[in-house]
Amino acid sequence: MRWQWREPSVLPGFGLAFGYTILYLSLIVLIPVSATFFKTFTLTWGAFWDTVTAPRVLASLRLTFGASLVAALVNSVFGLLVAWVLVRYRFPGRRIIDALVDLPFALPTAVAGIALTAVYAANGWIGRIIEPIGIKVAFTPLGVIVALTFIGLPFVVRTVQPVLEDLEPELEEAAATLGANRWQTFRRVIFPAVWPALLTGFTLAVARAVGEYGSVIFIAGNVPMVSEITPLLIITKLEQYDYAGATAIAVVMLVISFALLLLINLLQWWAGRRLAKI
Amino acid sequence: MTATIALPAPAAARRRATAEPVAVRGLLIGIALTFLGVFLLVPLAAVFTEALRRGAQVYFAALTEPDAWAAIKLTLLVAGIAVPANLIFGVAAAWAIAKFEFKGKSVLTTLIDLPFAVSPVVSGLIYVLMFGLQGWFGPWLHAHDIKIIFAVPGIVLATIFVTFPFVARELIPLMQAQGSEEEEAARVLGASGWQLLWRVTLPNIKWGLLYGVILCNARAMGEFGAVSVVSGHIRGSTNTMPLYVEILYNEYHFAAAFAVASLLASLALVTLVVKSLVEWKTRPEEALADASPEHG
Repeated sequence: MRWQWREPSVLPGFGLAFGYTILYLSLIVLIPVSATFFKTFTLTWGAFWDTVTAPRVLASLRLTFGASLVAALVNSVFGLLVAWVLVRYRFPGRRIIDALVDLPFALPTAVAGIALTAVYAANGWIGRIIEPIGIKVAFTPLGVIVALTFIGLPFVVRTVQPVLEDLEPELEEAAATLGANRWQTFRRVIFPAVWPALLTGFTLAVARAVGEYGSVIFIAGNVPMVSEITPLLIITKLEQYDYAGATAIAVVMLVISFALLLLINLLQWWAGRRLAKI
Repeated sequence: MTATIALPAPAAARRRATAEPVAVRGLLIGIALTFLGVFLLVPLAAVFTEALRRGAQVYFAALTEPDAWAAIKLTLLVAGIAVPANLIFGVAAAWAIAKFEFKGKSVLTTLIDLPFAVSPVVSGLIYVLMFGLQGWFGPWLHAHDIKIIFAVPGIVLATIFVTFPFVARELIPLMQAQGSEEEEAARVLGASGWQLLWRVTLPNIKWGLLYGVILCNARAMGEFGAVSVVSGHIRGSTNTMPLYVEILYNEYHFAAAFAVASLLASLALVTLVVKSLVEWKTRPEEALADASPEHG
């Protein structure tokens, strides 16, 4: 049989729809993104390496990744708990709370940034309580973690929630019949089923947090070497007309983004297969 | 006293083996609500209290400022271009991907998701490298006196990039789940391609479409990082609402900054309400599950 790129169909419009998709994708995404990679080729390898391994860049990468991982971990713990509570329990206002979980998706990041700063500043609602006991959040690396926790909050909840909803009650009933208590059932039956989704949510939260800019810059204080995130450093370089430097750092960020995207796809594929088996 | 023994055990003692004790439930709900309260409700409430701190007069004065108006109009213009552009793309991409089988489909869907993985700052930067004075087309554009970067076209492009996948990724799984039987039947009955789209497909996907558009619009109006890189922050001409919030905030006009921010926060709340309504409309089983007092 002849090798076919596309299976035949009675439906019309494939050529137009596919052609337009490819054209639009190329113009908006593919060409500009690859142009960025080509731009770095105008730098010599040595110059590129010196730019991205400068102490200030490395410090910003450490902060960006460290804070993103911590924030995603916090969200994994509390996100699993929130998903559990929303799926399993009925209480007044549950519907509203459920809708509110998506607030970080809907609220513009700049608004989130100034709101969090107002809340955690020394005279803010929460800052007023925690600063006297020695916890400074605003204008410190801790502020970066708080902002990234806010931004990543929906990811874990929204990936774990459907898995918990679809979990068959028979599994837990069987565990209870066999003499397991609730904690054992959770640890041995529920958690293994939820785990791939949890890991996917964690990775999504990390991917989002690594690139985040708007919500962080207001609360971070932006002190070089201490509380300066990598996206801000790109903007700083641009404002100094250091296009080559900005591009070099941007390419590092792009490569990391692609790696995370690949990882997320693999995780989702793995999670889907595991769920199918259960 | 012995009569009580004959009565059924109290509700708490009758709990099923697959449910937690009431105390554990209460504790878990309490922790979850406290976490959400601290991270979501408190910042949201802060936006509105800070906006109204100096009274309603200052609030409305801040919103009727000419620069504020210019920012609101620009934001509406940008979303008015970016959302329809991505809507048309989303329908086209979903039609090609969901209704046909071809090689390389998963690569294409991954590429469509790509803008979600890119940092907003990098999203802005890639257009500066294309159209900025130092960029690939910069000298040519400069020679022909066309401004894209530090002007409205750049803002529109950057916004289209960051909101690129919203409609498509909402429609692809929906149309895949619906299958093509209805379209094939309409085709056999003699419908043309456009008739198929208008009479069969669009009515079937309208809720998913609305869902994608709502999310796309929220992001388009609220985008900050990407737009910040390409805008040049020219007051009254290239400031969108989020950029205007930043400028006011950095100039210590806190009440005014939060006043403009409160408009954006209201937009976010409207988005959440519409989103919930659509979810409720498309998932009736969820509404039914809610009617029963207990689950599992």
